[in-house]
Amino acid sequence: MSEAAAMSASRPMEGMRVYNLKLGMWVFLLSEVMFFSSLIGAYIILRFAHPEQWAEPNAVLNVPLTGFNTFMLICSSVTMVKAFAAIEHGDQAGLRKWLIATIILGASFVGIQVYEYIKLGHEGFVPAAAAYAAEGGPLYGSTFYTMTGFHGAHVTIGVLALIFTAIRAFQGKYSAEDYGGVEIMGLYWHFVDLVWIILFTIVYLI
Amino acid sequence: MSTMPVEVGHPSVQHWAEPGHADDRSFIRKYVFSTDHKVIGCQFLILSLTFLLVGGLLAMLIRWQLGWPGLAIPGGSILGEAKAPGGIILPEFYNSLVTMHGTFMIFFAIMPLLVGVFGNWLIPLHVGAADMAFPRLNMASFWTAVPAGLIMLASFFVTGGASSAGWTAYAPLSASPELSGVYMGQKLWCISLIVLGFSSLMGAVNYITTIVNMRAPGMKWMRLPLPIWALFITAILVLLAIPVLTGALILLLFDQTIGTSFFLPADGGQPLMWQHLFWYFGHPEVYILILPAMGITSEVLSNGARKPIFGYKFMVYALVSIAFLGWIVWGHHMFQSGMNPFLGATFMTSTMIIAVPSAIKVFNWLGTLWRGDIHFHTPMLNALAFVAMFVIGGLSGVFMASTPVDIYIHDTYFIVAHIHYVLFGGSLFAIFAGIYFWFPKFFGRMLNPTLGKIHFVLTFVFYNLVFFPMHNLGLNGMMRRLYDPNQYEFLAPHQPMNTFISVSALLLGTAQLIFMFNFLWSLRAGKKAPPNPWNANSLEWSLPSPPPHGNFPAMPTVYRGPYEYSVPGHHRDYWPQDEPPAEGGHRTAEREEVHA
Repeated sequence: MSEAAAMSASRPMEGMRVYNLKLGMWVFLLSEVMFFSSLIGAYIILRFAHPEQWAEPNAVLNVPLTGFNTFMLICSSVTMVKAFAAIEHGDQAGLRKWLIATIILGASFVGIQVYEYIKLGHEGFVPAAAAYAAEGGPLYGSTFYTMTGFHGAHVTIGVLALIFTAIRAFQGKYSAEDYGGVEIMGLYWHFVDLVWIILFTIVYLI
Repeated sequence: MSTMPVEVGHPSVQHWAEPGHADDRSFIRKYVFSTDHKVIGCQFLILSLTFLLVGGLLAMLIRWQLGWPGLAIPGGSILGEAKAPGGIILPEFYNSLVTMHGTFMIFFAIMPLLVGVFGNWLIPLHVGAADMAFPRLNMASFWTAVPAGLIMLASFFVTGGASSAGWTAYAPLSASPELSGVYMGQKLWCISLIVLGFSSLMGAVNYITTIVNMRAPGMKWMRLPLPIWALFITAILVLLAIPVLTGALILLLFDQTIGTSFFLPADGGQPLMWQHLFWYFGHPEVYILILPAMGITSEVLSNGARKPIFGYKFMVYALVSIAFLGWIVWGHHMFQSGMNPFLGATFMTSTMIIAVPSAIKVFNWLGTLWRGDIHFHTPMLNALAFVAMFVIGGLSGVFMASTPVDIYIHDTYFIVAHIHYVLFGGSLFAIFAGIYFWFPKFFGRMLNPTLGKIHFVLTFVFYNLVFFPMHNLGLNGMMRRLYDPNQYEFLAPHQPMNTFISVSALLLGTAQLIFMFNFLWSLRAGKKAPPNPWNANSLEWSLPSPPPHGNFPAMPTVYRGPYEYSVPGHHRDYWPQDEPPAEGGHRTAEREEVHA
């Protein structure tokens, strides 16, 4: 049955050709865009006002390590697409395999970020202005932890949601007809990935 | 590609009402943790009316201090030594009062009344759906708003009292406890609003999805009742504006808790950045607080005048353009904060352009009334008051939008008068109109019309006596948030005016007891409501009052727009949206032609 025929058969209503969960997730992600925009906007204002508080990225941050972390997160987006492609064709084993791979990559990202935080904290690179002892100034530390921290929280929530999705996958709750849960998980995951590419660029590279 | 996935909440698996089938949900599932949009709407109503009362009582305390500075409040010693020793309000407590009055009224009364109550009550019924797209998310939205309100209330009782940095929480006053003297209160203020933001966000996602995707067959975009259009645009504003506030609040909270300095200039922070972030949220917020009120007014005016709304499409376009322009005018709150005059001029221009779509709406309301068969029922009286008061509030807005005038009246009682003409004279009258109009549908009983009219007249009169003179006080230089105007020699002669306003304000507050009594009494003893007490057209009026769980017995079909009043040749002066054309008399075809 073609998609259009399925639509007209199952829903004679007015509306978009997108099911509710997917539309709801897109709408939610719009608000997430605004949230990260406010943080990034604040970062830009502060950095332009006080460029002297920002040190050379490599002087304080371990850019190669985070570069590897970024690579892992991008890979996790690929595995997420693989998981979605699998269930679209009804491949239950493939869905489970690729979801597990995504969870491992996502959790590793969080793990490396925690390691990075601990290491930076020991070097005096902290969010609190009074305790700041690294190169640059306190705004550098404050903005770094706020932006990467909220992104890390989003990845953590994403990993938890992935675990929930994987449990349902192992229970056989998804099928070639009913894969909405996997698709919206993927949307969220790609969004978090995309935000990281922007954050990595402006926080670590520029 | 395979067939579309079917999900929980998918329109094709809606659970319609089953006639004759007893509702076997437990009390808790039915009234406390309910997923039914109608019950959630009623829950929001009770919550936000409670906070309206709280905000109103705070206003009474403010007016007491301004009317009779330094006079002990009778019985006021219960406020405690830290707030009002011997019943005399301390300046620090007064700062908390104005802050929390604004906070409660904007975030916990008007916003949930308009968005939470009417969004939940009306959206599924008006679009012809069994419930919201995500009923459990909807329930979570309400139960997130409750703790947010409790946190805000609790901040009165912590050491140092509630936030006193103003509802706009300007940094650095709000960012550093050393400056404001408020430690815990300001943190709770931030946390409460962050939590409330999650509630609003869940609501907005639900509203947008439901309106886009759950419309019954025939409910085309241009057949939507105007409250739904207004709530749709409002939900988009909430969706995009609230996260910016959340971001700003998080930065502010970090300044207070973990010692960052985003807004503290000593370490390079930018106090002005708070104003930009706040007003980037804050100006769309202003429209969040007025657009649904405009929608309700349109609905009630058309019904009360027994005429189609004048210029339906332009009403929609005006809503959209007001919402769009609302994003590019935030700087007009900051003319006096230090701004490039050229930038000020662009903000002035964009702000004044908003007067155009606003005027389109006002003239369309007048066009709706023109030569109508006007029924002066209670909802109609309140809706008429909305139009009149919105005109005054809108015009005083143009004063402040113009930068040279704003230099003179900025931060005076003129702005206090303006905001209350829009938010009280505008939004609150529309809310009253909406409550009187839809109370019968959701509680199954009519509100008493006589008490309703007495309440309206007293509110309207005292409201104007309170807020109109504030324009004069502002032009005479009285600053807002002023503890005791008599401290200034040039303001002391205006004390009689302040006392007059305070007397009127106390009477205005007292008049609301009539509404409270009417509300509570009618819940139990009001006249039983028929399905369609106002002879209105939208889908909910063909259902029993209150509609059963699941709303419609089957998916309704929509044949026409919601404002087909006094259609020539039709046997009644109203024509419900879901009435099949065959019942409508023999001139249906001709009528459709005229409308096409």
